Amino acid sequence: MAEEIKTRKKGIRRRKFLKYSGVGLGLMIGGVYLTRHMWRRAIFEGAETMLPPYGGETGQPMIWFQVTPDNKIKLLSPKVEMGQGTFTSLAQMAADELEVDMDRIEVVHADTDSGNIDPMSTGGSLSVAGLWQPLREMAATLREMLKTKAAEKLGVAVSALSLANGVITGGGKSMTYGEVVEGVTDWEIPDVPPLKDRKDHKYIGKPIPRIDLHDKVVGAPIFGMDASMPGMLYGSVVRSRLIDTDMSNFDVSEAEKMPGVVKVVKSDGFVGVVAKSFTEADNARRKIKFDYNIKKDWNLSDIEEAIKVGNGRKAVIQKEGEAVEDIDGEGEVLEMEFRSPIGAHAQIEPNGALAHYEDGKVTLMLSTQVVGITRNEVADALGIDAEDVNVIPTYLGGGFGRRLHTPNAIQAAIMSKEVGKPVKCFFDRKQEFQNDTFRPPTHHIMRGKLSPEGKIVGLEHNFASGDTMFNSAILPVSSGTLENMLSADIGSIRGGAIMYRGIENHRATYYHVDLPFATSFWRSLGLLANAFAIESFIDELAIKAGKNPVDFRLDHLLDDGAYGTRIRNVVKACAEKSGYTDKPSGDRAMGFAASIDAGSPCAHAVEVSIVDNEIKVHKVVAAFDCGIAVNPDQVRAQVEGCICMGISASLFEKMDLKDNKLYPTIYGPYQMALMKDSPKEIETILIEGADVPLPVGEPPLGPIGAAIGNAVRRLTGKRLTELPMKLT
Amino acid sequence: MQIQFTINGKSQSVDVDGKTPLLWVVRDVLNLKGTKFGCGKAACGACTLHVDGEAVRSCSYPIKFAEGKKITTIEGLGEGDNLHSVQQAWKEEIVPQCGYCQPGFMMATAALLEKIPNPTDEDIDNNIVNICRCATYYRMRKAIHRAAEINGAT
Ligand code: FES
Ligand code: FES
Repeated sequence: MAEEIKTRKKGIRRRKFLKYSGVGLGLMIGGVYLTRHMWRRAIFEGAETMLPPYGGETGQPMIWFQVTPDNKIKLLSPKVEMGQGTFTSLAQMAADELEVDMDRIEVVHADTDSGNIDPMSTGGSLSVAGLWQPLREMAATLREMLKTKAAEKLGVAVSALSLANGVITGGGKSMTYGEVVEGVTDWEIPDVPPLKDRKDHKYIGKPIPRIDLHDKVVGAPIFGMDASMPGMLYGSVVRSRLIDTDMSNFDVSEAEKMPGVVKVVKSDGFVGVVAKSFTEADNARRKIKFDYNIKKDWNLSDIEEAIKVGNGRKAVIQKEGEAVEDIDGEGEVLEMEFRSPIGAHAQIEPNGALAHYEDGKVTLMLSTQVVGITRNEVADALGIDAEDVNVIPTYLGGGFGRRLHTPNAIQAAIMSKEVGKPVKCFFDRKQEFQNDTFRPPTHHIMRGKLSPEGKIVGLEHNFASGDTMFNSAILPVSSGTLENMLSADIGSIRGGAIMYRGIENHRATYYHVDLPFATSFWRSLGLLANAFAIESFIDELAIKAGKNPVDFRLDHLLDDGAYGTRIRNVVKACAEKSGYTDKPSGDRAMGFAASIDAGSPCAHAVEVSIVDNEIKVHKVVAAFDCGIAVNPDQVRAQVEGCICMGISASLFEKMDLKDNKLYPTIYGPYQMALMKDSPKEIETILIEGADVPLPVGEPPLGPIGAAIGNAVRRLTGKRLTELPMKLT
Repeated sequence: MQIQFTINGKSQSVDVDGKTPLLWVVRDVLNLKGTKFGCGKAACGACTLHVDGEAVRSCSYPIKFAEGKKITTIEGLGEGDNLHSVQQAWKEEIVPQCGYCQPGFMMATAALLEKIPNPTDEDIDNNIVNICRCATYYRMRKAIHRAAEINGAT
C-alpha cells in the first residue's frame, strides 16, 4: 500500500515536471500535427499572453547550485546576463528559498559541462518569468536536502532544526551549509516542498542593487571580448559585403605574406586569417582577393515593393465578426498605411568567440544567447560529440536578439584546430552591421469603421513583415516544418493582434514575406512596428470621433477581470499620473499609447515639442504591469531602457540598401539616440496585476513610437506614418 | 618601435608597430580589458580613456602619439580600492545594464567634470556623446549630476 502511494506520488510529480522540461516544445509541435488548426488559433490568440515553459533540467538541485566550504552558494545560471538584471533577480529568488542573505549567493554562467543547459535561448524576456517556478523549486528542494543531511550529522530530528543565513541549528549545536555538504556524495532528492508565501519573502520584490554593479563600474574583464587564454591568436574572417551573393576564387597569396600572419585558413564555409594580433589579422584579411557573383540585384525599393500587404504567405491570426467592408449600418470607414524600416541591432560589443581545440575537444568562451545550441553547432561542424565541447558563457555586451546566431564560434574552433592554439575571432563594426540579422521591415494597412456615435464597430490590422522566427537559430527544428505547422511567424505577429476586444468586429491578418538577407529577433520583435501602426490609428479614430483618446481606448477595452482589465488598469494609471490632456500647451503636446506583449501590458504618455524641425521627447510616464516585479529597480531600468531604445528606433534608426549593399555600416551615419535625445524625465508606475512575474525586457518597447507620433499629431496636425518619424 | 609612456601612474614601454591603435596596446599587450572595442572608428566612445587628462577615443589613436604621455584607463580612475566619484555616483544610481559601454562613459564624464565641475543638462548633452545601446542615458544624466555633487561642485 505504501509502495503504491509512493508510485502514484512520483507519477504526479513527473507530470508536473514535464511542464518545465525540454520536451515542452516537442510536445507542442507533436500536438500541432494532430490538431493543426486548433493549435494555430490557440497560438495566435495566445501570442500576447502565452509563455513557453522553461526547457532545461529542473529536477536536480545539485546541478543548479554548488555549496562551498566557506559557506557560499554558487548559482549556475542557464540564462545569460545581457544587461536585463536577471542574475540579481535569480539571486533574490534563490536567497529567499535557501534562507540565506544575498551576499552568500554568487551567480555565475553555467558552462555546458555543468549540465545546466538551456536547450533554447536567453530571450523572449523569459529569464525571470521562466525560472520563477523551477528555480525556487530547486532552491527549496536543496534547502530540504541540506536540512536532512544536517539532521543526520547533528543527530537530531529535522523538525528540531532552525535556519538562519546558511547556518542550521538544532539540539544546541549548529553547522553551516558548507559544513553540511562536506564529504557528502549521495543526495536523495525529495519531493518539492511548498514554496514560500509572498509575505515571507525577504528579497523578492525589493529593489536590490544589481549584483554585477561593482564589476561593471570598475571595468572588470567579464565580457566575451575580454576572454583570453595563454598563447591566444587572433582570427579575422572574410565576410560578404553584398547580399544575395556568392564569393569565389579566393586569392590569399598576399595575405599570407603580411606581418604577424600565422596561417590563412580555407575551410568549407569560410576563409580566415590567423595572426598574432587583432590588427595584424585584420590587415591581412583585407588583402585577400575574391570574386563576387551576384545572384540578383537588390535596392531598397525592391524590398519596399516586396514588403506589402497581400504579398507572401497569408495567415489569419484573429478573426472576430465581419470584415470592415462587410459591416452593415451607417458609419465612416477610415484606412491608413504605416511602414517600418530595416533595423540594426547595433549592440556595442561585437559578436565573437574564443575557441581552443585540443585533443579532439573544444573549449569556447563567448557572449551568446544560445549556449546549448552553440555547443551542438560546433560539435556538428567539427564532427565531434557535443559532450566534447564545453561552452563557457560570459557576460554579454548587449543581446537584443543579436546573439542567437554564432558563426564566430564555429570559425574560431576550426581555425584553432588548424593552428593548434586558442583563437579569438570577432566581427569588426562594419562586418557587424553588414552581417546583422536585422529587424525586418514591415507594412501595415489599418482599416476601421466608426459609428455615428463615435464607437469603433470594426477594426482590421493587415500587415506584412520579413521573417523573425524561421531562419533563427533558436528553434531546434527545421524552419520549413515549423512554418508549415504554425503557418505564421509567431515572432513577427507579436503585438499584431487587436487588444480592443470590445470592438464587435476585429481582425488581424499577417503576410510573411521572404527577403534576400537575414532577418531575425530584434528586441520585442514585431511589437515595435505593430503597436506603432495600431496605436497611431486608434488615435486617429479618436480624433475623428471627437473623443479623448484615453476614454476612447477605455470604451473599447473589455473590463473582463483579466486580459482587458489589466490593460485598462495601465491605461488609467498612466493617464492619471501623467495628467494626460489632448490639448497642446505652449510649444508642447502629449501623446498616449498602450500595448500588451507576452502578457505584460504597458501604457506610455509622452510630452514632446519640435526643436529645429526635430521631434524632442521631454518626458515619459509609463505604467507597466509585469505581475510580480522580483526586482522593481531593475524592472524600472528595463522600462527606461525600452523607452530610450524605442525613441532611438522611432526617430532615427534605418538601414538602406543599394546595389546589394546594406548601409550605413557605422554608428553616426546609422543614427541612434544619444544623451541629448533621452528624455530628462521618466516616471514608471508598476502595477502587480498577476501573481507571477511576467516578461519585462521587451513589452515596454510597444507603445513608445505611437505615443510620440500621437503627440506630434496633436502639436502639428500631421500624422506620421513611417518609422523613423521625420517631420520633413 | 619602442614607445614609452605612463599608464595608471606606472611607467611602461612597449615594442609595437607605431600605427597600432592605443586601444589594442592597452587591451592586448598590457591586458587592461576595461577599455572596450565597439567600432574602431571613433564613432561610439566605448574605448574612451584619458591621455594627459583629455578624453580620447583610443581606437583611433596610434600608439606612437602616446610617447611620453600620461594615460589613465578605467582601472586607474579611482585610487587603489577607492572608487572615483564618477564610479561612486554610477553605483548609487545603478546605471549599468549590460555594462559594456560604461567604462567609456565614466571616462568621458570624469574628463568633463575636470573642465566643467558642475555641468548643466546642456553641457552634458553637448559633451557626453558616446553611445549606449541599452540606452541607460536617463540614469547616466542623474549620475553625472550626482558625481558633481559628491565632488562638492554644486
Ligand atoms: S571603439 Fe573607439 S569609438 Fe568606438
Ligand atoms: S549598458 Fe549596455 S551598451 Fe550601455
